[in-house]
Order: sequence, then C-alpha cells, then structure tokens
Amino acid sequence: MSNPAEALDSEAVPAPPKGRLKVFLGYAAGVGKTYQMLAEAQELRRKGVDVVVGYFEPHGRQDTIGRTAGLEFVPRKKIEYRGSVFEELDTEAILRRKPAVCLVDEFAHTNVPGSERLKRWEDVQVLLNAGIDVFTTLNVQHLESLNDEVWGITGVRVRETVPDWVVDAADEVVLVDLTPEALQNRLERGAVYSTEKAKKAMENFFTETNLTALREMALRHTAHEVEGRLSDLSALARGRAALAARPGAEPPTRHERILICLTGRPSTAMLIRRGKRVADYLHADCLAVHVQRNSANGGKEAHSEALEKHLSFARNLHIQTHVLRGKDVAKSIVDFAREQNITQIFLGRAGAKSLWRAASTVHRVVRLARDREITIVAERRR
Amino acid sequence: MPAGIDRRPSPEELLRRVQAEERRARRGRLKVFLGYASRVGKSYRMLDEGRRRKERGEDVVVSCIQFPVTPDLEPLLRKLEVIPTLKGAYAGKEFEVLDVATTFRRHPQVCLVDELAYDNPPGSRNPKRWQDVDNILDQGIAVITAVNLQHIEEQQDAVERITGKRARQTVPERFLRSADEIVLVDAALDDMMQRAGAREPVDVRRLSELRELALLLAVDVIDDQLMNYLRSNGVELRWGTQERILVCVTPRSDACAMLRSGRRNADRFHGDLLVCHVRQSGLSPKDQQTINANLALALELEADVHVLEGPDPIAAIMRFAREQRVTQIFVGHSAPDRWKEMWSRGPVDRLIQAAKDIDIRIFPHPHTP
Repeated sequence: MSNPAEALDSEAVPAPPKGRLKVFLGYAAGVGKTYQMLAEAQELRRKGVDVVVGYFEPHGRQDTIGRTAGLEFVPRKKIEYRGSVFEELDTEAILRRKPAVCLVDEFAHTNVPGSERLKRWEDVQVLLNAGIDVFTTLNVQHLESLNDEVWGITGVRVRETVPDWVVDAADEVVLVDLTPEALQNRLERGAVYSTEKAKKAMENFFTETNLTALREMALRHTAHEVEGRLSDLSALARGRAALAARPGAEPPTRHERILICLTGRPSTAMLIRRGKRVADYLHADCLAVHVQRNSANGGKEAHSEALEKHLSFARNLHIQTHVLRGKDVAKSIVDFAREQNITQIFLGRAGAKSLWRAASTVHRVVRLARDREITIVAERRR
Repeated sequence: MPAGIDRRPSPEELLRRVQAEERRARRGRLKVFLGYASRVGKSYRMLDEGRRRKERGEDVVVSCIQFPVTPDLEPLLRKLEVIPTLKGAYAGKEFEVLDVATTFRRHPQVCLVDELAYDNPPGSRNPKRWQDVDNILDQGIAVITAVNLQHIEEQQDAVERITGKRARQTVPERFLRSADEIVLVDAALDDMMQRAGAREPVDVRRLSELRELALLLAVDVIDDQLMNYLRSNGVELRWGTQERILVCVTPRSDACAMLRSGRRNADRFHGDLLVCHVRQSGLSPKDQQTINANLALALELEADVHVLEGPDPIAAIMRFAREQRVTQIFVGHSAPDRWKEMWSRGPVDRLIQAAKDIDIRIFPHPHTP
C-alpha cells in the first residue's frame, strides 16, 4: 500500500510507466483461473492488443488448451539441472519481444536452481518494471500470511509462497469462484487431473471441508484486497485535501505500530506471519527486533543460522528489522518499544518449561511494558 | 481431515441429518450466481453453465430471460431451449412473468432463471419471481439463477449507505441462504469501466464498496454452510478461517478501551466480537455497577455477550473460548504495577499459560504511568 505523500510525489516527478499486474485468484487447482485469464487474453487479442503467453501450464486440460488457439507463445527457457531439463519462463526473451501484455501462469512457482531469479514472481517484477502488463494466476494458499491457517485446516504445509505485499501491489485482484461441488465433479470427470491422480487428490486435499475453508479464505482475501485499495483511495483523497489546505502538511492519522520480537526458535516463522498479518489488517507499521544477549564474560552469543533465516524472512515480507545488544533482553525490548512509539508488542510463547520461570522474557516483558499492548502469539499444532 | 475432534452425533443430529437428506432428495437443487453490480457477468456464467450441462447430456431449458440480450449472450442462447415468458401490461407497465405452468409440463432436469428479483403483476401465480422458483424446486427441478447484491432484502440498509438508493424489487436473504450452491461472480474494476464504456461515469469507490459487501455476504453464507456440514458430520473445527475475538471483562481492568479495540479489530478482520464475564460472588456494589456498565457498552457495540459460571474463572474462559473457536483473547492488567508481582503469578499469567493455541492480547491498566 503506498502512502499518500509518496503517491503525490510520484505524480510530481513522472516515473517510468510501470506495467499493470492483474492476479486471477482461486482456491485450488481446477477452479478455472487459467481458463478465465486466457478468455480475457483472447478478448484483448480480438481488440488488437499485443498479447503473448510467457508461461502456460496446460495440465492436459483440453478445454483450457482450446482457449490458447491463436495466441502467440514466447518459447520457454530450457535449464539443465542434475541431468534433467526443466523449462522456465524466459524473462529476457519476453523483454526483447516487449509485448503490451504477457500471461504468466502459476505466480508462486519456484524456479529451478540455476535460473536467473529464485521465484517466478520476481521474474514478473522485472517484466512490470519494463512496462509490460502481466496477467497471472495464484491460489490463496500460496499467500505467505495464510501459511499457518492453511496448514491448520488441511494439514498441508505449502512450500511455495508469495509475500503478501507483492499481491497487495497488484492493480487488480479478481476472484475466480467455483463451488466445491462443481470442482469435485470436475475432478471425478478427470477434467483437472488424470483420473488416478484425481482419486489421490480427492482423498487427501480436495475434501469438502478443505475446499470450503480454502474458498472462504479466497473470498475473504479478495475482500481484504478490495478494502485495501479503497483505503488507499481515501488516504489519497485525504492527503490531497490536506495538501490543498496547508501545503506540506501530513494527513493527521493516529498510527498503530507493531513490534515483533524474534528469536531463533522454530515457531518464530509463525510469529512473524501472525504479527505481519495483524499489522496489515490494522494498517499498522511493522517492525521486528532481536536482542542479542551479552554473555556474562563480556562476549556475545553467536548469531544462529536459524535467527539469520528469520531476519531475512521478515525482511522479505517488508518488515523493518533491528538487532540490538543488551544484558537484559526484556528490558532492551521494552526500551526499544518506547523509543520507537510501538503500540503493540508481539511475543512468541517460550518453551513450556521456561515460560513459568519468573525470569523468562515473556513474563518480564509483560511486567515491564504495562503501558502498551502485548500479544502472546499462539503456537498452533495439529 | 480438518484439525478437529470427532464426536459421535446425537440422536437429534442424526434425525436432522436424515430429514435434511430427505428434503434435499425430493427438492430440486438451487444454484445462485451472485454479482455485485449489473454487467459483472452473472447471466453469462449462468447460461454458460446451462450450455455445458446440456452438452454433458442434461435436459436444460431457459425459463426466464429478458430479450433483447447483450451480444455476448446470443451464441449461448442459440444452443439452449427457451420457454417464452408471459407478457402483459398492468397499470400501464409492461411485465414479463415466468411461465411456471409450462415449465411444470415441460419438466426439464435443469431450469435457468435470470433476474431472480422481480415483482410479478397482481393476479399472477405468485407476487415474486423467487416464489415461482421455489415452486419449481418443489417439483424436483433444479434451478440455476442469478441475482445482484443490491436486490437482497436484508442488505438494503448497507446498499443505501453506499448508493443512496434502495431496490424496489428484492429477494429475502433466507432464500439465498437456502441455496445448495452459491457462486460469487467477481469482475475487476477496470473491466467494469470498460464495459460501461464512455456512456456513463463509473464511481470506483461505490463499486468497490458494493464488491466488498458482496464478497463478505458470500463468505458469510459459505461459512454457515461449512459449519452446518461439520455439525451434521460430527466434526468440530478447532479454528476456522474467521477471526473471533473474545474480550474478558473484569471490574479492575480498562474494559472500555478493550471493548472499543475489540470492535475495531473484529471489523478490520471482518470477524466476530464476543465478550464474557465470569460471575463472581462478593463483588462490591461499585464493582458490580462497573461490570454492568461495561456489559451494556459491549451490547451497544453489537458484541455477543456471555456471562459465565464456574469456580475457576480461567478454566471457564478457556472452555468457552475453545467452544466458540476464539482466535484472540483480550484481557487487561488488573492493577498498576506492584513490585511483588514482578516475581509472582497472577491471573493474566495463568491465562497465558492455559491458552496455548489462542493469541492473548494484554491491555494496559488506565492508571499505569
């Protein structure tokens, strides 16, 4: 979400025109995301727009394949990895071809090692920066912020994720809806997967409960995206009004600021996702801090690999991270929170044993920071 | 399997399941395409589904469509059998009434009905078209229909806040909720602008607000269906997809700030706000008064208010929170800092310890410096 002052700045100094991103959001394979994306592309082609297919995943679905008729395909890039040949989006070829609109299926895809970029959504950013409009497809379970909920409901830990800010920055997010009944019929007819694969999918992931819950998430998330664009609109209008009244004035808004306390514990990833999700919904700033304890002999504890992973995970989600040093971890956190005008501190649950030692960080932060809100994040287990 | 606990269904549950199955077996299935404005493409989706079903061998007819149709619908309609509507005039107004009798005689498997919100003229079989559809369903014929959010009776206040207008012809929300399937027909705003063309200005804000309202209505209907499904199958979800916030009211904490924050948070998440108070014996009249005032505020904020009983307040709160699939518990510090608390455990600590799978948000005490 852009802030109004920035938006006004960028109006004053014209930036190079960026391509528009349109996301077709669904809740499972087979709901018709690619089908609808292709239908819109055909409509554009009829109107004479220069549209190409950068990446298309046919999955052997005849009705979808039929909709590609007449569309130009940019050949995929072949990449050899461990003796096998993989095909990926050829970003550089598309840049050379420079169409007005490019279709890129499966936004959350992870590129094979040896590719220029790690993730397909990063390739899409390159195309957008070059002024090419992109249509793409995404299932709601690939959104980073929903990873724990999806796992909680379906038992599946989705590995390929997209940070929410990438989707928030899209110009359009369109929901592609289908009822679970219709999707299950499609699966049974073999329209989504070959029948053997369908049987397995039905038993494991495509249960009525899972599909309904995922569908609800997709609807909710689309509503969230619509609302985000609406509040951008209001912020822009308020910013304009404030500038018109008093040039240089900031729009008067009381801002919530959330601080997430990071450690190297495995549940920290869940804590980060939860804190960021709450921050996004409250339109709050989001910061993260880790306090490195000065050990008794005056040295410092080594940065663990796990902690590094969590810090970079937080930064990928556009969370500002800080690493501090201190003798007293709880006190350092609370001092930092006051200095940064934090309104809400997010803490993970400490290990079962240490939580109830009076000296535990959670126990002490709760006591030291009695002047602000503190959230102890649940550890969801299945 | 969801993260749930299997329960043996009670005799009442089994009975309800059998009755629902019987009713469902006799009646035709109802499928509704819900849109947020005209031109989102509801009629297209409806006719396209009819076409696909016909190609798969089902007996499909169109019982109600208003001519002339937009050009994108023409090729679909050419592939479908259409029962003409009964045309007539009443008090100088033209009417097109669904021909229920002919539809009964023709008795197809599937019947398509456009524009569900329509008032028939006096003297018709039913005053409203949705009642015609209800009769058709009773004959064991499946119906696929399309309706706009603006025409749902219970949404009129919200729609009026956005558009300044109320719809004259409406469908009750319970009929929408009785549908076996509901599909949200979404459309991007840029497409809506293109479809409107240069003829009329498009109010982006108005359309976005209607779109959000339609999405949230669909979420609500689907969530009900999910809960019914789980209940009738004896499965309890430990957590759903919806945020449910529980504010615990005690005489000592800053309940007012917590309740207002609870409301704001629940709204932002499009979730639910619950408020509980555990009854205590021996409260002073002043404390009881504070509690009553806070519970009154909770009701004013449209929270779902519960008074709990139990010897152990923490256990009572946790039991209630789990039953209600609460995702966040709001609780307040009970007093300004006291040095001895630094080393002892209070109720807040016990709640944190007990609520392993629920977030706990602790609020400052008003007299904290």
